[in-house]
Amino acid sequence: MTVAAPEENVVLRLLAGTGRIFLNFLATVGRLSLFTGRALAHCVTPPFYFHLVGRQMVDIGYYSLPVVGMTAIFTGMVLALQSYSGFSRFSAEGAVATVVVLSMTRELGPVLAGLMVAGRIGASMAAEIGTMKVTEQIDALTTLSTNPYKYLVAPRLIAGLTMMPLLVLVADIIGVFGGFLIGVNKLGFNPANYLTQTFEFLEVKDVVSGLTKAAAFGFVISLMGCYHGYNSRGGAQGVGTATINAVVSSLILILVFNYIITEMFFSR
Amino acid sequence: MNTKPPKIRLRDVRKAFGPKVVLNGVDLDVEEGESVVVIGGSGTGKSVLLKCILGILQPDSGLIEIDGIDVGTLSGAERDELMHKFGMLFQGSALFDSLPVWENVAFGLIQARGMDRDVARAVALKKLAAVGLGPEVGALFPAELSGGMQKRVALARAIAAEPEIIFFDEPTTGLDPIMGDVINDLIVKCVRELGATTLSITHDLSSARKIAHRIAMLHGGKIIWQGPVSEIDRSENPYVDQFIHGRAEGPIQMQVSR
Repeated sequence: MTVAAPEENVVLRLLAGTGRIFLNFLATVGRLSLFTGRALAHCVTPPFYFHLVGRQMVDIGYYSLPVVGMTAIFTGMVLALQSYSGFSRFSAEGAVATVVVLSMTRELGPVLAGLMVAGRIGASMAAEIGTMKVTEQIDALTTLSTNPYKYLVAPRLIAGLTMMPLLVLVADIIGVFGGFLIGVNKLGFNPANYLTQTFEFLEVKDVVSGLTKAAAFGFVISLMGCYHGYNSRGGAQGVGTATINAVVSSLILILVFNYIITEMFFSR
Repeated sequence: MNTKPPKIRLRDVRKAFGPKVVLNGVDLDVEEGESVVVIGGSGTGKSVLLKCILGILQPDSGLIEIDGIDVGTLSGAERDELMHKFGMLFQGSALFDSLPVWENVAFGLIQARGMDRDVARAVALKKLAAVGLGPEVGALFPAELSGGMQKRVALARAIAAEPEIIFFDEPTTGLDPIMGDVINDLIVKCVRELGATTLSITHDLSSARKIAHRIAMLHGGKIIWQGPVSEIDRSENPYVDQFIHGRAEGPIQMQVSR
């Protein structure tokens, strides 16, 4: 009839540990939901800081162009080479152009651009807002009658949501162009034929699904950057941790949302 | 009997972070036009007290009234409106490093009051002059300034919108004694010109003696002594005595080792 004290009971300790992790997880989900809700509410209520939205748009859209463009063109080129060497095994070389354009618009354009922008923008947002947090600049905003959600978070969310689709559209075009370059110059396709094949099987849904993904990824990247920056504490190390968390969590969420959105568009 | 409610009234304000109780029932009144300095050792919750009054932190319980209005009952928009009454000088200055100095000073005027940028710029340069900085400083960025100059800019920003209540969080910490005294003089001068009510926190006693009408000591999450600045040397409170003489031995036990 002896019952071991809770701390000595292995099973109880294991359960307690699991419970604690689960409760922490729920608390994080709750905090993030509150943060998101509050941030979205401030996106649609005045005052609006248009110049701040503009600055973020330039940062996300324009300054990410080189890195996203490089990613896209090499991806398109590799796609053409790989699919050609693979398809030639069963004499289906004609499908190269279709494979390149479908892969780029549906998957690789949004996902690779998302991963690149997450590294660039997510990290910079978390570091900037995190530094503002630990140096009390965010508190200072409050004392100057300026809501930090409105001033810092809302412009970034709006810019992420609107600029990523544009960026991905450009990436799609550059990627297809990369495939075209290899197809025509290296694999001996006729340029006109290659272009015809590119557009022959392309549907609106392919592009729209990719751009929907892009918008979701842009939102997730900005949200994670702002959330982790806003909740950073404890000086330089805290900002470093916030940056890591922002990038890693947005990378993972991008891949998760990629699956969910694909499922929404293409499963029957 | 004065029927006007005090400018700031705290009753039994409590705040804990997890198991760590920081404020354990703080009672404090600050009358209009008065300058109160809260002293206390590092980590006794002085900054937390200010942040609770500002609404940056939410107290666990207790009453905080500004001009007789319970701030706990205000909505978000009403609270934003209330912030117009406040100015604050932060310990680390907390200047926006992405903006030039003049825009830092003019920030509250432009963002919250919708003042025209050119007008706000002129006001900002006037405020910078009031803290002894020339117009050429206005175009610099905060990172290009020394600590003392940053403090002055932060002071100019705190007073720019001519608030009714100004908080000073360790205004002289990290400055050499002479620059510290310059800041003290500026605080006294600016506050007198504005006729503002001020609440400051510091552990620099020479600063406290200079800017305070009344001193309150925070220890163990409570105000354990308060009185006019002239009485601080005759408080007969062992905690206050130990603090103002800076003795290691006494009723206040510092946590030296973990």
